Amino acid sequence: MPQYPNRQFLDFEQPIKTLYEEIEKLKQTAEKSKIDMSDSIQKLQDAIVEKRKEITDNLTPWQRVQLSRHPDRPYTLKYIEKIFTNFVELHGDRNVRDDKAMIGGFAQLNGETVMVIGQQKGINTKARQLRNFGMANPEGYRKALRLMRLAEKFNKPVITFVDTPGAYPGLEAEERGQGEAIARNIYEMVRLKVPVIIVVIGEGASGGALGIGVGDKTLMMENTWYTVISPESCSSILWRSWDKKEIAAEQLRLTAKDMHGFGLVDEIVPEPIGGAHWDYDEASAILKSCIERNLTELKELDAQKRVEMRIDKYCKMGHWEELMADASMAV
Amino acid sequence: MKKEREEDFENNLTGEEDNHQEENSKRSWFKRRKKGILTSTADKKETPEGLWNKCPNCNHITTTKELKEELFVCVKCNYHHRIGSEEYYEIIFDNSEYTELFDNIRSIDFLHFTDLKPYQKRLDEIHSKTDLKDSMRVAVGEINGEKMVVACMDFEFIGGSLGSVMGEKFSRAVDYCIEHKLPYLVISKSGGARMMESAFSLMQLAKTSGKLSQLSDAKLPYISMLTDPTFGGISASFGMLGDLNIAEPGALIGFAGPRVIKETIKKDLPEGFQRSEFLLEHGFLDFIVDRKQLKDKLHQLILLFRN
Repeated sequence: MPQYPNRQFLDFEQPIKTLYEEIEKLKQTAEKSKIDMSDSIQKLQDAIVEKRKEITDNLTPWQRVQLSRHPDRPYTLKYIEKIFTNFVELHGDRNVRDDKAMIGGFAQLNGETVMVIGQQKGINTKARQLRNFGMANPEGYRKALRLMRLAEKFNKPVITFVDTPGAYPGLEAEERGQGEAIARNIYEMVRLKVPVIIVVIGEGASGGALGIGVGDKTLMMENTWYTVISPESCSSILWRSWDKKEIAAEQLRLTAKDMHGFGLVDEIVPEPIGGAHWDYDEASAILKSCIERNLTELKELDAQKRVEMRIDKYCKMGHWEELMADASMAV
Repeated sequence: MKKEREEDFENNLTGEEDNHQEENSKRSWFKRRKKGILTSTADKKETPEGLWNKCPNCNHITTTKELKEELFVCVKCNYHHRIGSEEYYEIIFDNSEYTELFDNIRSIDFLHFTDLKPYQKRLDEIHSKTDLKDSMRVAVGEINGEKMVVACMDFEFIGGSLGSVMGEKFSRAVDYCIEHKLPYLVISKSGGARMMESAFSLMQLAKTSGKLSQLSDAKLPYISMLTDPTFGGISASFGMLGDLNIAEPGALIGFAGPRVIKETIKKDLPEGFQRSEFLLEHGFLDFIVDRKQLKDKLHQLILLFRN
């Protein structure tokens, strides 16, 4: 986890940066004049925590989207490292190649083997390119499916980490059937016989997210978003301009709070004050306990019951109006 | 011409009206200003001679009446004009007779979504302008004497977008198939998920896939027919999940739209990219079927699945 001065600050986080700078100044003064400034420094450090809270309490939906993309935010591999042991990464879809934007493998959660799968973003410019910014190609979704089937065969629960700005919209992706790959995953995940837990840890953009996002329980971390399209693309299509992303973010109701309120996700996972990027250990510990609790509950159900409940859950999603049945409704 | 069609495609996706009407009317009075079939069937029968139609592909000019007799396929270049559910039902069902199911389900603006205009206003406008109630209709009828449930999209209703209503109608159609042991055909023509229903529309991908899982367990055939255009959430769910995936010739089918891909890769797209023939070549379709053979082909398939 980057520490100041290597930390990156978003626009609305600038007041925190200012406080850090003040601390630095105090430290330098203390050094020079040999005066004990620890009280003042402590006060400023408390102020930083206060400020972090104040900022995250008052975020607009668009700022929440920005926070979900924070460059210091932990990504899938980080959570795997902190939550699980004995992770063995497995590669390839057995057809085309290994997609670096989608990772997965066996790991243990408190000694019990599970399959973990997730989109992976890069932590620096080079890695971001390697990971294709977390945008998987069809072979990524097919790798994920191969691993899910492997888990099913050996009766291991599946835990997925969703963090993608969308499935990759490329020429080769279309040639290899991006739509089909996502569709197949959704279809197979609906009927997977093992417990499936989904965690949205960053961006949950549309079909690209749902391609590894169908399960018994969907957990959404506090500062993430999940909806049918990114606010930028929504703005470009519906408003015919890239400038309405803030409004689009509001209209789409894409925050964890909204999604939980709508009953489209099952639980909000709290993050450390100010966001997961302030404390990877704490963020992981909170998430770990949520996963453990849900997994314990899911394991008590038998496989068929679980699949029935899963399908029922998704079938209830949607709002429509039903007019009085007329003659043509003679079913 | 291609560019105009792309623009028109996007207009339809967002439910926008063509706003270059004046310009166009000056340019040519042959030009179809509005795509799709806007008049109700009843009106269409009284279409007076002399109403012309120009093929967007080869510019062949024909009367609307002749075009209808040719099942909206250009006699010169075999271009398949975009048609709506009513036209498909008339083409495939015996004597054009069918029973519409679940037509009492209506979209609501649950989120009070407002872009350039409120979602509710969009719905009201389309309801007042057309006979359509939503972007998908479900019907049961006979195809050469064989019963089949056919769900069909209407592109002119907010770009045939997938929202809660389509998801629910799709689900009930599956239940109906299971209850009556009938095969299921879905004719897709859609820009994808309906953004105005936000995540609710996204979840319809999971909902419809779950229902297909039940249809599959009941061992009933599901045929997915893709027509021009089929994109996004449809191709990323039930559109690509048919026991058989079939398509009309020349239909534009894909996950991401051509414009988005072009912007991403910053290169021109190859000729024929994302057309039915391209998908067939890459292994995602079982076959391409001409509209004029559709009915007999469906009948043949029903018998092959059953006997």
